[in-house]
Amino acid sequence: MHAKQAVNDFVVKFANVNGTGSASANHMFAKAIFRMGIPVSPRNIFPSNIQGLPTWYEVRVSHKGYLGRRGGGVDLMLCVNPQSMERDVKEVEPGGYFVYDSTKPLDPRLIRSDINYIGIPITSMCLREYTDARQRLLFKNVIYVGALAALLDIEFGVLKDLVAEQFKGKEKLITQNVHALEMGHQYAVQNYACPIGLRVERGGNIARHILETDHILMDGNTAVALGAVYGGASVAAWYPITPSTSVVDGFETYCKRLRIDPGTGEKNYAIVQAEDELSAIGMVIGAGWNGARAFTATSGPGLSLMGEFLGLAYFAEVPAVLVDVQRSGPSTGMPTRTQQSDVLAAAYASHGDTKHVLLFPATPAECFSLTVKAFDLADRLQTPVLMLTDLDLGMNDWMSPPLHFDDQHTYDRGKVLDAEALEALAREGKRFGRYLDVDGDGIPYRTYPGAHPTIGAYTARGTSRDEYALYTEDGAAYVRNVDRLLKKFETAKQYVPEPKIKPAAKKTPYGAIFFGTTASPAYEAVEMLAEEGIAIDTMRLRAFPFSQAVEDFITAHETVFVIEQNRDGQMRRLLINETDVPAKEKLVPVLNYDGLPITARQIAAGVRAGIGGTDNVTPIDRSKRKTSRKSKP
Amino acid sequence: MTYQKPSFRHPAAQVNELGYTRRDYEGSLSTLCAGCGHDSISAAIIEAVFTLPLEPHRIAKMSGIGCSSKTPAYFLGRSHGFNSVHGRMPSVTTGASLANRDLVYIGVSGDGDTASIGFGQFGHAVRRNLNMTYIVENNGCYGLTKGQDSATADVGSKNKKGAANPYEPIDLVSMAIQLGATFVGRSFSGDRQQLVPLIKAALTHRGFAFLDVVSPCVTFNNHEGSTKSYAFTRERIEATPLDFVPMREEIRTSYAAGATQEVCMHDGSVIRLHKQNDEYDIEDAQSALQAIAHHNKQGRVLTGLLYIDRDAHEMHEVLGTVRRPLNSLTEKELCPGTKVLDSINAGLR
Repeated sequence: MHAKQAVNDFVVKFANVNGTGSASANHMFAKAIFRMGIPVSPRNIFPSNIQGLPTWYEVRVSHKGYLGRRGGGVDLMLCVNPQSMERDVKEVEPGGYFVYDSTKPLDPRLIRSDINYIGIPITSMCLREYTDARQRLLFKNVIYVGALAALLDIEFGVLKDLVAEQFKGKEKLITQNVHALEMGHQYAVQNYACPIGLRVERGGNIARHILETDHILMDGNTAVALGAVYGGASVAAWYPITPSTSVVDGFETYCKRLRIDPGTGEKNYAIVQAEDELSAIGMVIGAGWNGARAFTATSGPGLSLMGEFLGLAYFAEVPAVLVDVQRSGPSTGMPTRTQQSDVLAAAYASHGDTKHVLLFPATPAECFSLTVKAFDLADRLQTPVLMLTDLDLGMNDWMSPPLHFDDQHTYDRGKVLDAEALEALAREGKRFGRYLDVDGDGIPYRTYPGAHPTIGAYTARGTSRDEYALYTEDGAAYVRNVDRLLKKFETAKQYVPEPKIKPAAKKTPYGAIFFGTTASPAYEAVEMLAEEGIAIDTMRLRAFPFSQAVEDFITAHETVFVIEQNRDGQMRRLLINETDVPAKEKLVPVLNYDGLPITARQIAAGVRAGIGGTDNVTPIDRSKRKTSRKSKP
Repeated sequence: MTYQKPSFRHPAAQVNELGYTRRDYEGSLSTLCAGCGHDSISAAIIEAVFTLPLEPHRIAKMSGIGCSSKTPAYFLGRSHGFNSVHGRMPSVTTGASLANRDLVYIGVSGDGDTASIGFGQFGHAVRRNLNMTYIVENNGCYGLTKGQDSATADVGSKNKKGAANPYEPIDLVSMAIQLGATFVGRSFSGDRQQLVPLIKAALTHRGFAFLDVVSPCVTFNNHEGSTKSYAFTRERIEATPLDFVPMREEIRTSYAAGATQEVCMHDGSVIRLHKQNDEYDIEDAQSALQAIAHHNKQGRVLTGLLYIDRDAHEMHEVLGTVRRPLNSLTEKELCPGTKVLDSINAGLR
């Protein structure tokens, strides 16, 4: 029998039952590999359910540091869920391994001749060892992690350290967990040749750029939460929705640690769980108008509900930060599956002529830094800033460069006139006009309520107004106002983060544009294609409005693949709509929208199909070029 | 259209104890229909804050959409205002209050804005005991869209076209008491003597102060068959006269002293209720609800201060936020710095 051989380069998948405590054991498995300095990317593939339905945890180990999904089958399946066993067996790559609970014999129909079976009698071990029903259930997970450690050569000491950290101060739990790990470990060592063909190894073949960075392992939502703390958010209003909930949960956790007034024990923050998303964004806008940095976190359905208010904030020019952790839509869609399908809804949220500033982080480190940036942008531009992450980035742990903050950074509160500035203005004989374009950049000056007893008061409104914030239905005043808003949007281009451009090793007519979580598998696919002789320049978008660099990139290439995770090629359409260069013919969509993160193999196949062959010297025959939709992995 | 402000509002050079003239509390000219009850309420608000007194710039005027929500333009021109979206004034005010707890928030809404599209937000602002004065200018109809029945229109009351409303009304004061509002009053736009002290008391209350003010729509709901017309309301009103005595101010009362109940506010101000025979304990929610229902059955509208709970914690007290307004915090209080971040990074390895 062929047994797959690989060092630091394989995919392990756990098939569990939701609500059985597997998540923390699986996390420990991934963290142990990470602790050994080996790039790892774990992903929860979970149901919209609390208990009972199948749930999976996929861990990719990649010495090259590829963090996106590889695609194809898995190399090792650890299956302890009879419900899903039939499909789980099928998912194993030829030569791969199927690890199962052998307390009961395996159904002969599940036997494949081209994979290796490793049985561990987990249930009977637990029944023998424990009398408590809860322990019998929970330690199953720990036992299989112990067994995998032996099978894959994970350092046992690292696992013991993790247990000790997790249960710090609870000696009894530490002893019990280490014992369970040992039971699994010993069983594997005594019954199988360990390690199997797949194994991990410190140093070894790990890419140098990986070894040189002191990586962290964290999820995007927690990074956003910390970004909000560092960015100076003092008000958070939200309504629970998967997959964004842990953003505000994380914010609260860090605030309790970092934002308590040392003298009084009072809170330097306020968090309100609103009655719905309308109210959540309303509170953010009320707080922003009144000079506090405020944010909300939501997902697609919440974004839809917030539309009217986003239009108000755009038109009345109120700073607000909204984090949209995207999931599969439309409607309730697949609430626990990922997508990048809110791009257009976010860019143009609300009726009327409306455009919003968008940010697209790709890593936890960037979730942190762009959240900090979002608050500065919202204040500077006096407008909502929408940061689009997704379920994959938000809820999964990612190996990331450490979070970075510059102590020299001071908050950019934008153009705010305080009492002193208002008086200076009055001394110059000038009248304060809330919506006057004083500097010619489309950004007016604002005042906080209560700033001055006699000057600077105005009424913020969603109705049309003149430069002095007075209600008007004069068409000319309306046009002046909305044209200034457009000018302000143009000004925004100089403040938003530039795209990251990576040129290919040689000159090429091909470019690829992507953003967010599509970046990791896209870079991997580009390296795969480079080995095949297809050179591709890449541009990772980080913001909307698009800067000049985006137009230049499109202009510089004959064909530009726009890789994203939605059906309609929404970013492609936004590029066509919002750039002034001929783009429609050049931009070729490469898409995946089945709710699972796009894989490197899907992207590579999509690009090959788009080129119409694997030889990039062959001129493109546009008539034959077809859109690659959900190409096979 | 009210073209001119009545001159009696400008007694020459009269200043309040903060040194402001009445004009400092006025707004721009009203564009509502002449005789609109809402303009009387605006005048009552001006009178209340002028005599209380409050500094105009320490007040924020909040509103949603509708005739009522336009009125903040017509009073307190030196205050910031936020004319937001339909039915959403409560959430915007909640956010504003979170950012700066030191300002006085006056929200003006209508029966459509509160009892229909904004019903949810209203309920939750009540539940949080948001520290604000929430005034509903209640005319039982949609004025700006020309007279459709609202959710507070009485069953059987006729609209301008003569059609009778088939639905039971939502009684906002009962609703507010049931939801846990800590200050609930009802008045009539035409009863300045009752309305002004009620607004003053509401502004002094720490927590959610709700005022349902019956305010006839002269254009669409002031005809025979309407139960929110001037004539109907004047006839059926059951008023509990009251005075509001601000802290430090001498007692001036226009009502004859009868049986009175005094309610002392947190700042030392006093509300004096002039009791009538069928009065009840206004600190008991059940009695208040019964009294409202009782009068309602008799075809009367019970007005005055209907319920008060002076001990409940307002939103900031519940949240435990700092005394300082959150919008005044700087990097020093907000940003933990790189050393802390380094240790957070270390914990993620």
